[in-house]
Amino acid sequence: MAELPIVEIRGISKHFGEGPARVDALRDVSLDVFPGTVVGLRGPSGSGKSTLLNVIGCILEPNSGSMRLNGELVYDGKWLRVDLRGLRLEKIGFIFQAHNLLPFLNAWENVAVARILAGASPAQAKSRALELLSYLGVERRKDAMPGELSGGEAQRIAIARALANDPRIVLADEPTAALDSQRAGAVMDLLRKVATERRTAVIVVTHDEKIFDRFDRIYSLRDGAMEAPHPQAA
Amino acid sequence: MPVTGRDVNLALKDIRHNLGRFLLTCLGLSLLLGIVLAMVGIYRGLILESLGLVRAAGAQVWVVEGDTRGPFAEASRLPGDMRRVVAAQWGVAAAGGVSYQNVEAQHRGRTRRLLVVGAQIARPGEAPLVVEGRPIQRSRYEAVSDRAAGFALGEQIKLGRDTFTVVGLTEGLVASGGDPVLFITLRDAQKLQFDLTPAAARREAARTSGAAGTTDTVNAILVQLLPGVDAKRFAQDIARWKHLAALTQDEQETVLARSVIDRARRQIGLFTSLLLTVSTVIIGLIIYTMTIDKKKSIATLKLIGAPDRRIVGLIVQQALAMGTISFVAGAALINAGQGYFPRRVVLEPADAATLFGVVLVVCLLASALGVRTALKIDPASALAG
Repeated sequence: MAELPIVEIRGISKHFGEGPARVDALRDVSLDVFPGTVVGLRGPSGSGKSTLLNVIGCILEPNSGSMRLNGELVYDGKWLRVDLRGLRLEKIGFIFQAHNLLPFLNAWENVAVARILAGASPAQAKSRALELLSYLGVERRKDAMPGELSGGEAQRIAIARALANDPRIVLADEPTAALDSQRAGAVMDLLRKVATERRTAVIVVTHDEKIFDRFDRIYSLRDGAMEAPHPQAA
Repeated sequence: MPVTGRDVNLALKDIRHNLGRFLLTCLGLSLLLGIVLAMVGIYRGLILESLGLVRAAGAQVWVVEGDTRGPFAEASRLPGDMRRVVAAQWGVAAAGGVSYQNVEAQHRGRTRRLLVVGAQIARPGEAPLVVEGRPIQRSRYEAVSDRAAGFALGEQIKLGRDTFTVVGLTEGLVASGGDPVLFITLRDAQKLQFDLTPAAARREAARTSGAAGTTDTVNAILVQLLPGVDAKRFAQDIARWKHLAALTQDEQETVLARSVIDRARRQIGLFTSLLLTVSTVIIGLIIYTMTIDKKKSIATLKLIGAPDRRIVGLIVQQALAMGTISFVAGAALINAGQGYFPRRVVLEPADAATLFGVVLVVCLLASALGVRTALKIDPASALAG
């Protein structure tokens, strides 16, 4: 039986403002992302990439269309879930351009905090955090504060935090923008590893041409509309 | 080996991350709260000192001039021989005439203000509880001073035109204005009050053709009653004489507390309110600034799914921690330094507990601005580079 998409978007539109000031950020966008795939979203500034990421992340409410996440219809002309933060906590992991580690927590605490927010005991959260840091090869830096980490290490910790609650979807906003090509490649290898081994759908917004060949599929956005996808690796 | 973990308290972690700034802020706030505590302590000390003198008199009824509320509220003058009349009333165990006057005395090159109490030997109103030396035993030129005046036993002090020897010391007896109390005999006090310099005496003699008025006056007659005699009833009986008024000890204390101390109480209350308002504004601004500094972290927390109560908890806990640490530091500061205050500072646990409660409420109010700001932070702002 064919696998169902984890992210299933149909005819999503989003505009800001009304009348002459109206800006159509997304126009009738449809998108499927399957488990175990790494998908890229690219496009010029203002094309709607971040808006689409915010919609998939349940941060921004679209104006029309429907969206199903991991089989659950969460938007159909309106939000169908009240607890959107709970939804994010359960199903979505976020990776940021500037890693966004909490500066007052050390590496393992930054990972554990996501698990604690989801209701795990402190001991369970710490155990899970150490397991993820080990999985991503940064366990030795578990007690380091964010200010003491290199860019690559900080991004790995951020990836570990995104995976803390075993999300089915990982949304990454320019995760390699602040890294050199070697470290950028290493981060993409990690995201590929996460997608393959955990059957997670990874969606990456990027401008970074040097990692375009790392995606299973790249979607291009222009003026809020989706252009034909570019299949990459098989 | 099982992993053990402690809960990640975001508020405490953030405080630890900015420990220096947080402690410096607490230090500044502790000085403010310390001053608030000192104000309350000074007020308590004021009451205790003022009532101390009234209580030390050991009277149950104060007989004073008619239509007055006694020497602590207004001028009260009675003929000295009225004491015998009062003492002869049924139910009286002892009665003593007393006078009160403020005097400036020179002592070791410094001017000292004193409240001089004139009292009769072995009668109500004489110096109570002499902690060093002995009570006054001679009818002339002996004094019992409070330690706060700084006189030593055996020391000679000049009051008016006479010199007195300090024969005993009391402790903690000062007037409501903070002046130490000095006891002398009523006869000496009357002489001190009415004695004129030779030139003034000659002028007064010429003016009155030598018929000087009596100097045997007192400000009040203190009465101790026999067991079982009702003080209120006795006071009512005395007040039937139109030229006399009488207050029970409770009434006298109320007069002092309400009339004499009331203005000080209102002043201190006003300052305390102002300081608490300033503290609220300071805590509010600091918590707001700390929240603004954490905008990105708060947006990230919201984005990954932290509920609002967790964000509110982060801010409120920091405000409460700031208030608690500052209050404890302020209280410790005032406790350590209370001996250096020119007035007596009495820190009562109930006052400290009440103020601590007020500080916690102030912290909650002050954190409102920070909480409002935090709740308005858009989680999407975490994604903006």
